[in-house]
Amino acid sequence: MSNQTNGSSRSQTFVQKVLARGAGQEYAEIGEVVDVTPDRALSHDNSAAIRGYFESLGVTDVWDPEKLAITLDHAAPAPTVKHAENHSKIREFVKEQGISHFFEVGRGICHQVLSEEALILPGQIILGADSHTPHFGWMGAFGTGIGRSEMAATWAAGELWLRVPETIRVRLTGELSNGATSKDVALSLIGQFGADGALYKSVEFTGDGVSQFTVEDRMVLINMMAEFGAKNAYLEPDESVFDWLAARLAKRTGDSVESCRQRIEELVLYPDEDAEYDRTIDFDLSEIEPVVAKPHTVDNVVPLSEMEGTRVHQAYIGTCTNGRLSDIAAAAEVLRGKRISPNTRLMVVPASSEVLEQATDLGYTSDLVKAGAVISPPGCGACMGNHMGVLAPGEVCISSANRNFQGRMGTRDAEIYLANPAVVAASALAGYITNPENIKEEVEV
Amino acid sequence: MENVIEGKIWKYGDDVNTDVIFPGKYTYTISDPSEMAKHALEDLDPDFAENVNAGDIIVGGSNWGNGSSREQAVTCLKEAGVGAIIAKSFARIYYRNCINNALPAITCPDLVDNVEEGDTIAVHLKDGVIRANDREFRFPAFPVSVVEIFNAGGLLPYTRERLARE
Repeated sequence: MSNQTNGSSRSQTFVQKVLARGAGQEYAEIGEVVDVTPDRALSHDNSAAIRGYFESLGVTDVWDPEKLAITLDHAAPAPTVKHAENHSKIREFVKEQGISHFFEVGRGICHQVLSEEALILPGQIILGADSHTPHFGWMGAFGTGIGRSEMAATWAAGELWLRVPETIRVRLTGELSNGATSKDVALSLIGQFGADGALYKSVEFTGDGVSQFTVEDRMVLINMMAEFGAKNAYLEPDESVFDWLAARLAKRTGDSVESCRQRIEELVLYPDEDAEYDRTIDFDLSEIEPVVAKPHTVDNVVPLSEMEGTRVHQAYIGTCTNGRLSDIAAAAEVLRGKRISPNTRLMVVPASSEVLEQATDLGYTSDLVKAGAVISPPGCGACMGNHMGVLAPGEVCISSANRNFQGRMGTRDAEIYLANPAVVAASALAGYITNPENIKEEVEV
Repeated sequence: MENVIEGKIWKYGDDVNTDVIFPGKYTYTISDPSEMAKHALEDLDPDFAENVNAGDIIVGGSNWGNGSSREQAVTCLKEAGVGAIIAKSFARIYYRNCINNALPAITCPDLVDNVEEGDTIAVHLKDGVIRANDREFRFPAFPVSVVEIFNAGGLLPYTRERLARE
């Protein structure tokens, strides 16, 4: 799986190739600083503040309205008048600038929505004013997070400086078993090498173990790489990725699936076989077991069995990491025909309207509501302490999110544990942290 | 930008993240920088915002500023009067946000291990030297492009000047 850069015999990693292309060069040296024009610039509720910064630059028009994508997702629907005013300023700006890729309250979380809309494709570059923008590496694209000032400058100038990073290669072998998911892979990797294990670096996933991952599994793994300190992450795309994206690109553009697929395959980039790596990590997936990240750092990872019995007041399934259909299906599987503990509450926040629609058509939302869950509109919800499920002091939450920082869900005096959605659902059922395996024998209600 | 920053140290540990520097619950409701400063480090050190003095210096461990891309986690410290942040390492977006707000972010692990909370130190930016407790610690000088952004007062004024020239 290697395609040499035309006209250059020098081997490159994925990130070298993609940043070289974005800068209009054939080759990019590791450590080189390049001015890159992104294929897409993503922002969300922070667009109102970015608008203010942009207008202070003395520029009237954004560089290319087609390249911008804006979602309202972080506090949606607006929980206060201030949030509503924030959204209102964004809608006004979207109209003024003629930004067509705008997604209203309820459509869902930026990373999920832009993936579903095929607004970014393999081998392309997306800059996002959101730290989880490395997410788009699930399809083999380059995504990285930037600040508000940088996004304002990008809107104005259409380019931003980026340093070409060193790359860590992770070779995945073996098969997952015993209820372990790609979330457990991500947490185990971060737990083993630390929250700064990939600081400033690109992370490339490759190996025979990749093919067992569904598109959704890939999104979970790569989304979490922001928690590894990575600048961007990349998972070698295959047919399943091309099929998924081609169908969606065809739906959005009206072009044939075949022509969309051809377009994607022309864009895709693979690292050269003899590219230069900072280090290579071999990771055997058959050794992974369900784990939890304890408060208050993501690398505070222990086997699930070690935390068995920890009392939880709230269970939370959602976010850009684990709020997708397969996550909701996993929860419904655990909870169907049962009732969550009277000592806890379960919040389920679908990552997008598409996820909610499918979960409803397939009966999962009904399973969850009958079990006592609260279903929220698609969005980011309580993940960053905005609204709809924030915690009280002294409470403990088990969450399918990506961060368990102190204060993250609204108060510094609460504790957040991270786990895969089936574990979160099982813990809601029990009222304490537990493995889904342990509740299979419970009496149905 | 001033060449010498002299101030008292506020010292913290490893992996200090953006949520404890500037809580997420304020990100879309507070837009005034002076208001942001009142919540600086609220969930890590509730005494900080009230007692910080202009020119004070934050010393952190590794991975300072990991987490969100929220620039307020830099703006709030800058507005609170912080003169520089020295750490063993910085999270990538945080580091860029510091540069873009003309707040010197200095990587100097040796210094971090040899100072205590409350020490007074002097950072000589151009020379790449920090004087602390009768000792000198060196750090790599900032690249020219970064100095240009600093001298303009941050990325926004820098970009404004650049666009006006073009």
